[in-house]
Amino acid sequence: MQLTLWTYEGPPHVGAMRVATSMRDVHYVLHAPQGDTYADLLFTMIERQDKRPPVSYTTFQARDLGGSTADMVKSAVAEAYERYQPKAMLVGESCTAELLQDQAGHLGQTLGLPVPVVPLELPAYSKKEHWGAAETFYQLARTLLADRIPAPGTVRTPRAEGVRPKANLLGPTALGFRCRDDVVEISRLLGELGIDVNVVAPMGASPDDLRRLPDADFNVCLYPEVSRTLSSWLQRTFGMPFTKATPMGVNGTRAFVAEVAAMAGVSADPVLSREHPGVASLSGSQSRLAWYARSVDSTYLTGKRVFVFGDATHVVAAARIATEEMGFTVVGLGTFCREFAREVREAAKLYGVEALITDDYLEVEKAIGECAPELVLGTQMERHIAKRLGIACSVISVPIHVQDVPARYSPVFGFEGANVLFDSWVHPLVMGLEEHLLQMFRDDFEFNDGAKPSHLPAVARPAAPAAAPAETAIAAPVLNAAPVSVAALDARAGEGVAVAQTEAEPVWTGAGELELKKIPFFVRGKARRNTERFARERGLAQITVETLYEAKAHFGR
Amino acid sequence: MTDLSAVPLVESGCVEAPARRTIPVLRERGQREVFCGLTGIVWLHRKMQDAFFLVVGSRTCAHLIQSAAGVMIFAEPRFGTAILSDRDLAGLADANDELDRICVELMARRPDIGTLFLVGSCPSEVIKLDLAKAAERLNAQLFPKVRVLNYSGSGIETTFTQGEDAALRAMVPVLPQGDAAQLMVVGCVADVVEDQFRRVFDQLGIGPVAFFPARRAAELPSVGAGTRLLLAQPFNGDTVRALIARGAELIQAPYPLGAEGTTAWLRAAALAWGVTDQRFEEVTRPLIDRSNRALDRYRPRLAGKSVFLMPDSQLEVPIARFLAREMGMVLLEVGTPYLDRQMVAAELDLLPEDVVLSEGQHLDRQLDRVRAARPDITVCGLGLANPLEAEGLSTKWSIELVFTPIHGYDQAADLAEVFVRPLERRSRLSV
Repeated sequence: MQLTLWTYEGPPHVGAMRVATSMRDVHYVLHAPQGDTYADLLFTMIERQDKRPPVSYTTFQARDLGGSTADMVKSAVAEAYERYQPKAMLVGESCTAELLQDQAGHLGQTLGLPVPVVPLELPAYSKKEHWGAAETFYQLARTLLADRIPAPGTVRTPRAEGVRPKANLLGPTALGFRCRDDVVEISRLLGELGIDVNVVAPMGASPDDLRRLPDADFNVCLYPEVSRTLSSWLQRTFGMPFTKATPMGVNGTRAFVAEVAAMAGVSADPVLSREHPGVASLSGSQSRLAWYARSVDSTYLTGKRVFVFGDATHVVAAARIATEEMGFTVVGLGTFCREFAREVREAAKLYGVEALITDDYLEVEKAIGECAPELVLGTQMERHIAKRLGIACSVISVPIHVQDVPARYSPVFGFEGANVLFDSWVHPLVMGLEEHLLQMFRDDFEFNDGAKPSHLPAVARPAAPAAAPAETAIAAPVLNAAPVSVAALDARAGEGVAVAQTEAEPVWTGAGELELKKIPFFVRGKARRNTERFARERGLAQITVETLYEAKAHFGR
Repeated sequence: MTDLSAVPLVESGCVEAPARRTIPVLRERGQREVFCGLTGIVWLHRKMQDAFFLVVGSRTCAHLIQSAAGVMIFAEPRFGTAILSDRDLAGLADANDELDRICVELMARRPDIGTLFLVGSCPSEVIKLDLAKAAERLNAQLFPKVRVLNYSGSGIETTFTQGEDAALRAMVPVLPQGDAAQLMVVGCVADVVEDQFRRVFDQLGIGPVAFFPARRAAELPSVGAGTRLLLAQPFNGDTVRALIARGAELIQAPYPLGAEGTTAWLRAAALAWGVTDQRFEEVTRPLIDRSNRALDRYRPRLAGKSVFLMPDSQLEVPIARFLAREMGMVLLEVGTPYLDRQMVAAELDLLPEDVVLSEGQHLDRQLDRVRAARPDITVCGLGLANPLEAEGLSTKWSIELVFTPIHGYDQAADLAEVFVRPLERRSRLSV
């Protein structure tokens, strides 16, 4: 039994719903009690889908438990087939139905429907949403391809001369992160290399399309959380290789292009000839990120402390981009996807941090508090944590909310995706030159502590939200009667949320406090935090002007 | 429309009930597109801020509550889920130990919590995890600092707002006995509404008045032979019956939705308290007039428009009554998850003669009827709203009716506005 306040992933049947809802001509019958229909609104509200998810629920009640629940499955499957005429059906159970052991999937198969009925066994008490999506995608494709499986040892016929290579794009789903636009971006990229897209699945695919999967030469495993199980099976069974590179960021996209070109046996030149790693100008890359990151305005991004948390694919790529392409320092890296813990642990080693593998929101909040990052790249959950701590944040991964499904074109994969990432990570931070101006004019009446940058929702927060006091125990040092400023919020952020200040804290002298105020307010929080830590570690009772500079010398800027 | 003599008042022992009409009801079974009772936690925990709601269930339960809550705006919320794992299913003894451990740890971390509700779910009911026993065990450890109560919000037993009924029902046995005369208003209403009602009851000379639940779970109203119950919400039938079993007496009345409903509701209490007609008129007339002035703005927008209410919040019957009688709307179908006739007796009498009532749901068939009728507004859950809008049908999602203060005179126009907005929006847009 695990206490959960917020959950990163839904149960595995929600993963199955994501696959079914992404596809055409598939219907999912879910043996489930009243209430489980809540999952429909994830699709219709968060993603603003204009159709109901293709899911029918048996809606059994307590009084049905004596015996008739199995009949309810049969009639629900028969009715759903009759009404929706799908080309394939999925039949499975939610957590409660699993306990009844009606074997819904098997019952569905016994009806003798003229379409494939795929029984789904998704253990709700040990697995979660992404696993459920991957398993469903795999089971469905496997069933549909049953009669195309070649005999073991069959050698794949090489592509005929002059025929363009073909690839499948596997993994994009409803409620995924920016899948809709990533698919467009990656398809365009493949097109430039002379590679045709055979099938995109599950998004937009029909069961007939899944039957055509082996017609491609290889698979682009775009979102491994959803597509790795199927990609591996297709490799084992049909000898189709699949990609490992995540086409996120400039370097990620270049590596991806090189990988697919090699896999397809085509030249990478059409794309990579326009890429000039290390060239500091607009002509260096098809993505503006490369030049923007090198432009002088970005100097202030140097060493910004970032905390990265989300699904494995996006966090591994984001940490690499943050380091190589933005010049940030990764101070924390983690994922809620235990199935991909190994990949994230390996990545964390590159940055000298310990990977945080957890699906406990409170643990993530604690880690963020302790790392005191300046930017959080996370999920909707981390957005809330960051907001509360007064830290800038950009969402890079599921779970998403309505603002993560923008109306405009905004992929995160490919060269355009790199542009999108640059903007969405930099905008929450104080803009470069503006930061210098603020420092120069800090005594100006319009640029004082109280005049917060107007374009910064994450920084320009007046005070802690009304709901917070009772809910959190922020131990803020009460030093003077100054109004709550950005710096004070930063200082709190640095304290972490659960730090109880029971020890005698060093006290700021009047002169020390005055000197601290001369430091620009947007770095003052860090200075305060570092100085207090310095004093605490040395058991100093008072913080003087000298302590402040001692600490500055100790920590550096 | 606000002619009081037109409103039949039924108060046990005082006025004779008129002969009930028998309205035919279409009963359906099939897929239901409604929340389960766990959803009630979303507003119950805001109302009783010293209470924690711990669902004992699955990841689905946790996912449901956070999705129903819309956005995760709370830092550390006063609700959570103890998620059952394979190990808990293998051995119930271990599950009990685990639950005790989680509760004790949780209460140690949250010293501000005075009442802990253990909330049963579908899986905990099916595996027969005995939460009453668990509450007993935990009370032995935690009481009196923390009182542990239990109820079921499972979807196999409760629908959406029934979760509130189950939670309040669980509190009834611990209410202190007190036979002094008092009015008890039963059902969660917004604090602002509670304050308004208190002022009116004061002016009418009705009191003392207790609201159940109070703003703190620890503030338990007494109940006994002198307690008269006035119901603010139509979905608390089990709670009401438990209160009656403890000696309380039910004042039959419509619900305080709309000016007419609020007047009838107050009048029922006034009758029970022997308030003179003159006094009642003096107190309510200005409020009725103000309410009607506000409603007048919306009446032309809604009059003659048709509405189809799909079953969801259990508020469908009183809201349909308000829309038909006060706003002049045409009722195409009034669906309700279940019809508790005792709770809505006075409301049913006020519905139009030819009303189509349906109980339960077969979603696909009901949607066929919606599409055939093409109502001006369809009241439905969030899962259906966008798909229906995409078919050209205006919708009002029913959860807003639960989360928005809609009771009483000064909220009557807010209730009307909730229905005007989708029509207004549709008329503005030309893209």
